[in-house]
Amino acid sequence: MTALTANAAPSRWRNNRAALRFMRHRLALLGLAMIIFLSLACVLGPHLLPYNSLFIDLRARFAPPLTGYHFLGTDPLGRDVAARLLMAGRISLLVGFFAMVLSTLVGTLVGVIAGYRGGWVGATLMRTVDGFLSFPSIFLLLALAAALKPSPVMITVIIALTSWMEVARIVEAEVRSLREREFVLAGRMLGLSGTHIMFREILPNAMGPIIVASTLTVARAILMEAYISFLGYGIQPPLPSWGNMLNGAQQYLGSAPWLAIIPGAAITIAVTSFNFIGDGLRDALDVRDDHI
Amino acid sequence: MRGFLLNRLSQSLVLLVIVSIIGFGILNLLPGGPLAQFGLDPGMTQQDIERLKGLLGLDRPIWIQYLDWAWRLVRGDWGHSFRDGAPVLEVIGSHLFATLLLMGSSTVIAISIGAWIGIRGATRRYSLFDYLATVGAMVALSVPTFWFGLVGIYVFSLKLGWLPAGNMSEIGDGSILGYLHHLILPSIVLSLVHVAIWSRYMRTATLDAISQDFVKTARAKGLSERRILMKHVVGNALLPMITLAGMQLPSVLTGALVTETVFTWPGMGRLFLDSLGYSDYPVVMGLLMFSAILVLLGNLIADIVVAIVDPRIRLA
Repeated sequence: MTALTANAAPSRWRNNRAALRFMRHRLALLGLAMIIFLSLACVLGPHLLPYNSLFIDLRARFAPPLTGYHFLGTDPLGRDVAARLLMAGRISLLVGFFAMVLSTLVGTLVGVIAGYRGGWVGATLMRTVDGFLSFPSIFLLLALAAALKPSPVMITVIIALTSWMEVARIVEAEVRSLREREFVLAGRMLGLSGTHIMFREILPNAMGPIIVASTLTVARAILMEAYISFLGYGIQPPLPSWGNMLNGAQQYLGSAPWLAIIPGAAITIAVTSFNFIGDGLRDALDVRDDHI
Repeated sequence: MRGFLLNRLSQSLVLLVIVSIIGFGILNLLPGGPLAQFGLDPGMTQQDIERLKGLLGLDRPIWIQYLDWAWRLVRGDWGHSFRDGAPVLEVIGSHLFATLLLMGSSTVIAISIGAWIGIRGATRRYSLFDYLATVGAMVALSVPTFWFGLVGIYVFSLKLGWLPAGNMSEIGDGSILGYLHHLILPSIVLSLVHVAIWSRYMRTATLDAISQDFVKTARAKGLSERRILMKHVVGNALLPMITLAGMQLPSVLTGALVTETVFTWPGMGRLFLDSLGYSDYPVVMGLLMFSAILVLLGNLIADIVVAIVDPRIRLA
């Protein structure tokens, strides 16, 4: 017990320092503010707008933004783009978030086991990671999406299935470097089980890199959802997502450019925000700058 | 050197086996599994399919099926396209050049602009340029490639009319200039993300090299700053870039698929999507395996080139 309480004080102190450093990172704060704003808009917005995302206003098809009652214009069916954008945001953000949760869980599990066990178990797991990384992710995503029924849950699973490797690599490297440290040896001497040492003693020390990687994974997952939905294999209409709002926008590019520009801008803003937050967290938690 | 090569080669072979196992897993996930191409034929009854399963050995244990499938891949028998019956490898081959052209030109753009931004940012660290480049790279990494393509088409094709909106050439126009004209916009679109990545790596690599002792030595010798930068700093920073170029391959291929769709570019990416649309699973599987093998090969070549260029490995 004494060891535990002695541990708690410096860690809280360190977290405060990290929080302070994060607060000083202006871009990260901007990203955080944007994400909070986007989430609130997507949750509350649809209730405040005069139009339902599925309401078809046949007299106002292709209405440009800022004219009449539709402030972001309407699509080829006369549906309100603003209402659809916010409903789509719900789907895109949720898919991005849950894909991150799932891929972080899988990646962490694989990384911890591979890093702690080492030997042929670790080698097999890490070569599997390399194997998955050898496929261009969009080829893998599309093949899987075509093979499985594309519901939002399935899309989330598929995206997670193609983005857990990064976390696994980071965790494996971290755990491998911690494996021979004194506190782990002490744990072994005390007769703690391997599972306890892996998840209760080693893993908390690798939280920084995991948090950073998972923030960047949200950004990646939102992009991937947009890619496959844009190509027609992701979220299926009438359910809107930022990606599938762009599907079909190309043919109206000359006459109704806002159909392409608005959802794409939403994706870019959301992904940039998550990348900014990830960057701020990396500085705050003092994680090595391995890539970008 | 020989030890390095053998080691590296065996690594690639192990990865190839793992990649093929993943591919085989996906093949069995596809609707209808390996028989997908027959399952869609309305003339086939359930009994026909059962009979085919027996004939093709799909009632055998799964690992024998895998070995059989893998052996056919090795021999170059990748099956036949469901659409026109052409061998899959031939179909892929006829789309390979367009994709390689697009990837090559965008990589040239990405490396030259990215390296320039990175070196300039590193030598003027914490300047306004460096700050804007850092933020700009993060934004560039967040822009969906297809959206950037659509905006590019809107501005440069539809509004300004400077560049064509798609395809590789005008019908009946075989001139190189025509091809180049069509190549400009898709190459720039595909390169955006990679300009960002290259600039970040180049900045880090240059900063690393600047703080090395040999740079101090070069200064002490009285070499000009420009010469130090070009010869000693950039020369050393460029070496890891070769490895990086190999590591970038999956993401370049992903970008190429999306870019090709937006620009109706007749490459592998478009072929992949068209084949998915027709449920032409032999070609889909073929492209999946082909792209992974291309990535493995690219990484292997990059590592061998580094080994040849880098005396620390060459002479070891």
